[in-house]
Amino acid sequence: MSDITSGPGAAAIRQRLRVRRARDRVIEAVLLASALVAVVTTISIVYILVSESVPFFKTVSLADFFTDTMWTPMFAEPRFGILPLLAGTLVTTMVALCVAIPCGTIIAIYLSEFAPHKLREIIKPVLELLGAVPTVVYGYFALMVVTPLLQKFIPGLPGFNMLSPGLVIGLMIIPYVASVSEDAMRAVPNYMREGSYAMGATRFQTATRVVVPGALSGIAAAYILGISRAVGETMVVAVAAGLQPNLTFNPLESAATITAFIVQVSLGDLPHDSIGYQSIFAAGLVLMVTTLIFNIAGFALTRRFREEY
Amino acid sequence: MAAATGVVSEQLRRDVQRRKLFDQLFVLLGMTVMFAALATLAILFLDLVRDGAARFGWDFFTSFPSRNAQRAGILSAWVGTSLVMLVTVAVAMPIGVAAAIYLEEYAPKNWFTAVIEINVTNLAGVPSIIYGLLALGLFVYQFNLGHSIAAAGLTLSLLILPIVIVATREALRAVPRSIREAAYALGATHWEVTAHHVLPYSTGGILTGMIIGLSRAIGETAPIITIGALAFIAFLPTPPLSAEFPYVNFTWLSDPFTVMPIQMFNWVSRPDPEFQVNAAAAGAILLGMTLLMNGIAIYVRYRYRKKINW
Amino acid sequence: MQSEAESAPFMPATDVDTGILPIRESGRGALQISIDETRRSAAQNAPIKARATDLNFYYGDFKALKSLNIEMREKQVTALIGPSGCGKSTFLRCFNRMHDLTPGTRYEGSITLFPDNIDLVARNVDPIEVRMRIGMVFQKPNPFPKSIFENVAYGLRVSGMRSRVRIEEEVEKALRNSALWDEVKDRLDSSGLSLSGGQQQRLCIARALATNPEILLFDEPTSALDPIATARIEELIATLREQVTVIIVTHNMQQAARVSDYTAFMYLGELIEFDQTSTIFTNPSKKATEDYITGRYG
Repeated sequence: MSDITSGPGAAAIRQRLRVRRARDRVIEAVLLASALVAVVTTISIVYILVSESVPFFKTVSLADFFTDTMWTPMFAEPRFGILPLLAGTLVTTMVALCVAIPCGTIIAIYLSEFAPHKLREIIKPVLELLGAVPTVVYGYFALMVVTPLLQKFIPGLPGFNMLSPGLVIGLMIIPYVASVSEDAMRAVPNYMREGSYAMGATRFQTATRVVVPGALSGIAAAYILGISRAVGETMVVAVAAGLQPNLTFNPLESAATITAFIVQVSLGDLPHDSIGYQSIFAAGLVLMVTTLIFNIAGFALTRRFREEY
Repeated sequence: MAAATGVVSEQLRRDVQRRKLFDQLFVLLGMTVMFAALATLAILFLDLVRDGAARFGWDFFTSFPSRNAQRAGILSAWVGTSLVMLVTVAVAMPIGVAAAIYLEEYAPKNWFTAVIEINVTNLAGVPSIIYGLLALGLFVYQFNLGHSIAAAGLTLSLLILPIVIVATREALRAVPRSIREAAYALGATHWEVTAHHVLPYSTGGILTGMIIGLSRAIGETAPIITIGALAFIAFLPTPPLSAEFPYVNFTWLSDPFTVMPIQMFNWVSRPDPEFQVNAAAAGAILLGMTLLMNGIAIYVRYRYRKKINW
Repeated sequence: MQSEAESAPFMPATDVDTGILPIRESGRGALQISIDETRRSAAQNAPIKARATDLNFYYGDFKALKSLNIEMREKQVTALIGPSGCGKSTFLRCFNRMHDLTPGTRYEGSITLFPDNIDLVARNVDPIEVRMRIGMVFQKPNPFPKSIFENVAYGLRVSGMRSRVRIEEEVEKALRNSALWDEVKDRLDSSGLSLSGGQQQRLCIARALATNPEILLFDEPTSALDPIATARIEELIATLREQVTVIIVTHNMQQAARVSDYTAFMYLGELIEFDQTSTIFTNPSKKATEDYITGRYG
């Protein structure tokens, strides 16, 4: 740096500037290090899941893992077929989506295209609030309120079943699906709506034929991210679906999901190097890969959507 | 309406009426679905409060868990939750805010920054139980923190880091470019612009994000179960403050603990209906805490928005 | 214009030195010419404060400024005019290195600051040091959401001034110089955002003046203000000429004619014509300048 300040006090100012510059460089390094925590976390997750799964897959072949129909790690002769856990996850997720997608979409369209401004200002924070409810509380609802209610309509429904937690998870992710799709719909530029209105279309026609198609990739992203949430949801199923792995696609039966299994093992006191302990990391790896695929697809769609407008 | 004569316009009007009917039907549908969803949740919450009402009382807060449902309380749970939250704030706040500042104010536009940003977005979507597995493998066994308050606090800070980062970035982004330019033009350095202007003017948004992150952390159950928190803790951690020098100690960080959601989960999974009452009471309190925190967050956001109006 | 008769600020300090006093008694026209003549000779005799030599500026691959050569004279007001996108703001922002904040920008050539003979755009010159010596006022008033006092004190604090008493002195001086003191002296603690638009802009001028800059850059300072606030800012710029070199970018040609001693007309990143303001507006030598001034395009 050549020094441009001259006159009395210039040396002091210059010295101070050097100090200020040095401080800036140190602080930038600290800030960068903090940002790198995110990268380190991801790497650690992958590292832990993979490194703990490796010994597991030395005992259990990949073929067994993906084709065996039994998951009984606690038995004397343990079997490790992930299919029952995947089936449980799939069923609860599907039930949840049957609730969340129609309700979430209708609420989003209503809020974005029909609701008065004031109502939207009130509902949006309330929706956010619902997203903050602890999932264990939702688990209590599923077990203590929804299941007894369902048993009145469906005789013979067991106390633990996948229908009830599925419905509750659906209710739980409605705000999320609604909020992300509403954002997408609001991002559709107004001139498109005006063009439609100018042709004599009604609100409903404009919403369904212009806004929804225009926001399609954003809405799809909302669905996919909702799926990812449902797949990763743990406490509701751990409380209300039962913890017995069970290869079934019938939502009226009890079964365990991947997440519920991990909770079940964690509640016990398995030794650090046992195959049971390792199995939760293998299950976690499957869960991670599944949600990762959905997340990447969801974010790719959101990005595409942002580029469109 | 002068043109509204003759057969054609009659037909047109009928057609418009018919189409507008869909509008009204949809408004009806939308309101029904929305209020049905909200009402269901409201009923569920009220039900929770009603079920747990029998236990609300001073004793519930000052008793340890017990085999006797009537005498069991949440003392160790709420103390544990408070201490874990303390660790979570202390770790997530500085790292989250610093990371957000880096990404928003410093990061050059290149592949490296893109990698960090993708990481943050991705971490936001990772199921919380995966964080539990990370903590189990890393904090509990590799770092030898055991089933301690420190391990739980660190786990939850990593979990809410993306929330804090995203909220902080949004708050920083709301500070207009012209303010930054004004400070630069007076000879401020990059950090001075950030520390003297950008950060103070976005405090509201940052606090809001932090509170929302904490309200998420306070209810998290799965990752805490995974790292092996016990539900039956009939003692309190070492008090962090003491009357003698050096007044503050950190031994509590390595103490075993339980937290509110774990306590609730433990009671929920017991077949005895007496314990379900405890679960409902703990759930209602937990819910009250998260709703209160979110309420505060909304209020803070509102207050600061009123204070600084660009 | 009607205020000229009683507005001492419009008379440069040199009036007294040279003894050429405006003849107040004889009508408006005479007064106008008399002031112009003093201004003209003062402007011609003023030493050079800054000189751009073959200055090129790039946004990435786009060449926004094409070998500019121009001299700014000390304690004179130089106006940069030209149609939108001609590079006048870009040029202005070279003086305090604001472009350094945007990645992918590049300077070529030099802007030499006198009498110290330093190249402002040289890579080894610290932009922060440059900005401590060259102030800037922006298009839209942008006071910090801090108190009026803290707004003005900020530059002083950043440059390391600690003494409360000295800071108070300097703040008062800057507020007086920006003709804001009387309006705000009783509420220095209230927020800068509580002021009206015109006051906010004068606060921004005070903020820039507080550090005693050698050059003050104005980037269309009145484009967001109403006509009355605009008139006050213009009056202020005229008085500032006594203490600081001013470069002002403006869209408004009347404004350039009213406040400046020199005018540079730019077009497509090039300097088309540069001369004393009276010459540019009465007798431009280039057809493009004349077309722009007479409103044929722009």
